[in-house]
Amino acid sequence: MFFKDSYDVVVVGGGPSGSTAARYAARNGANVLLVEKRQEIGSPVRCGEGVSMEIFKHVDIRPDPSWFVNQVTGARIFGPSGKFILIDAKNAGDEVGAVIERDAFDKYLATEAARDGAEIATKTSVVSLLKDGGEISGVRVRRMGEESDISARLVIGADGFESQVARWAGFNTNLKTRDTTSNLQYRMTNLDLDPRFTDFYIGSAAPGGYVWIFPKSGEVANVGIGLLLSRIKGASEAKDYLDAFIEKDERFRDASIMETVSGGVSVSAPLDKVIADRIMLVGDAARMIDPLTGGGISNGVIAGKVCGEVAAGAVKEGDCSEEYLQRYEKGWRELLEEKLYRDYMAKEKLVTLDDEALDKLIEVMSEVPLENLSTKEILTAIRTKYPELVKEFEDLI
Amino acid sequence: MIELNDDKCMHCGACVGACPANAIYLNEVILDFNDDCTDCGLCVRACPVGALSLIRTRGLKVPAATA
Ligand SMILES: Cc1cc2nc3c(=O)[nH]c(=O)nc-3n(C[C@H](O)[C@H](O)[C@H](O)COP(=O)(O)OP(=O)(O)OC[C@H]3O[C@@H](n4cnc5c(N)ncnc54)[C@H](O)[C@@H]3O)c2cc1C
Ligand code: SF4
Ligand code: SF4
Repeated sequence: MFFKDSYDVVVVGGGPSGSTAARYAARNGANVLLVEKRQEIGSPVRCGEGVSMEIFKHVDIRPDPSWFVNQVTGARIFGPSGKFILIDAKNAGDEVGAVIERDAFDKYLATEAARDGAEIATKTSVVSLLKDGGEISGVRVRRMGEESDISARLVIGADGFESQVARWAGFNTNLKTRDTTSNLQYRMTNLDLDPRFTDFYIGSAAPGGYVWIFPKSGEVANVGIGLLLSRIKGASEAKDYLDAFIEKDERFRDASIMETVSGGVSVSAPLDKVIADRIMLVGDAARMIDPLTGGGISNGVIAGKVCGEVAAGAVKEGDCSEEYLQRYEKGWRELLEEKLYRDYMAKEKLVTLDDEALDKLIEVMSEVPLENLSTKEILTAIRTKYPELVKEFEDLI
Repeated sequence: MIELNDDKCMHCGACVGACPANAIYLNEVILDFNDDCTDCGLCVRACPVGALSLIRTRGLKVPAATA
């Protein structure tokens, strides 16, 4: 048997958010099934694989050599003219991060979940929610051409950007075009890069988004692009812009592409509500991605832990009502919400700036010593030189 | 109507998450389109590699001309 027909908790999606939720639900006593539609956890990779060290503070994860491959010392943000600012541990602390191997990382998290007692079903798609008198009562799955029903006291939607579970449950997860990005990435080899830095290129090379170079070593790096959907007019623009960037950069002349990765990333504010009776949403499915960076691994894992703990509590108390699940809603918002909204505002402003304004921004930031990279500090520094750039943001200073 | 070029599709789900009508479901590596599609064309723009195109189906779903 691949799975039973009844569980306390069914988690839909075996990404970092789902595995972490499953792990903490199982660890705290719930009977858990983690359902993943792909035939292999973590593969194919759909990620730039950059994480901040923040993740290790909140969740019981130890850097493992199978996936923790390159800890960087800083991030360089390049303006259109080529001038850059360096963000390192001095001004950004744990925000500075590492480049990981997502396929191994996702398997590590799934293994932790299994060790704590969760069962995992791969190549098994959830195709609809079961309802009993209007109340969510489980999921219908399809595995190897066969459909079956699994009942659950609680369903956790951790199904990523596609976010189908949420929509089936009646949540509105629709994204505005200016809150959605289209992404393409090549894993390139035979490079000669400085592996100490992750690099970001902003401006018209990537309308509304950026190009990233995340090195796994001096030789191998993820080179990718994200474009804001509201700036995209036709088909295949992510690919066209990325290819153009690579084409004109000498560093890629002798490089080869080992893997192509694509995907959608939300850069929205989080959903107003991620719970209802007998259901919780977590990670990309709940639009928890950082809207400024497009990074979603850390937030998904951090919220996943709270989600799993509350799930176990709800099962134990025999109360999976929305009211009980408020503990999760409150818990994850305490940890993440303020930064998500702050970064959303910053993104909304940044995407309005043209190349000239972005260069001014980089110029000011490279001249002023930034002790701790707070939004307030940055805005104040810009105001002294280019007050017109921060006019609409006066109230944040 | 949306047409998919299988040779280009990366099965990444970017179109699924971007569709305002929830008219696409990614069945591991197969994209299923349902009848809720409004021909808005967002998925065409969202697809990073250009695997989707909007085929104009004459006479269908075309709103009445406004003077
Ligand atoms: C090109 C690209 C680059 C990125 N770069 C970064 C980066 O550098 N750093 C970073 O932090 N984030 C990055 N992100 C975002 C990051 O990948 C996500 O935030 C992260 O994967 C979120 O984890 P999750 O568990 O919420 O969702 P996912 O990892 O998307 O997991 C969802 C899982 O659910 C499964 N699933 C979906 N529907 C069903 C169903 N019906 N039944 C069963 N299973 C289902 C999917 O197959 C998938 O495995 C990037 C994204 C893209 C596309
Ligand atoms: S055209 Fe619009 S409604 Fe139809 S599948 Fe694409 S995004 Fe969805
Ligand atoms: S966005 Fe494009 S590549 Fe990705 S699943 Fe849809 S059609 Fe395929």
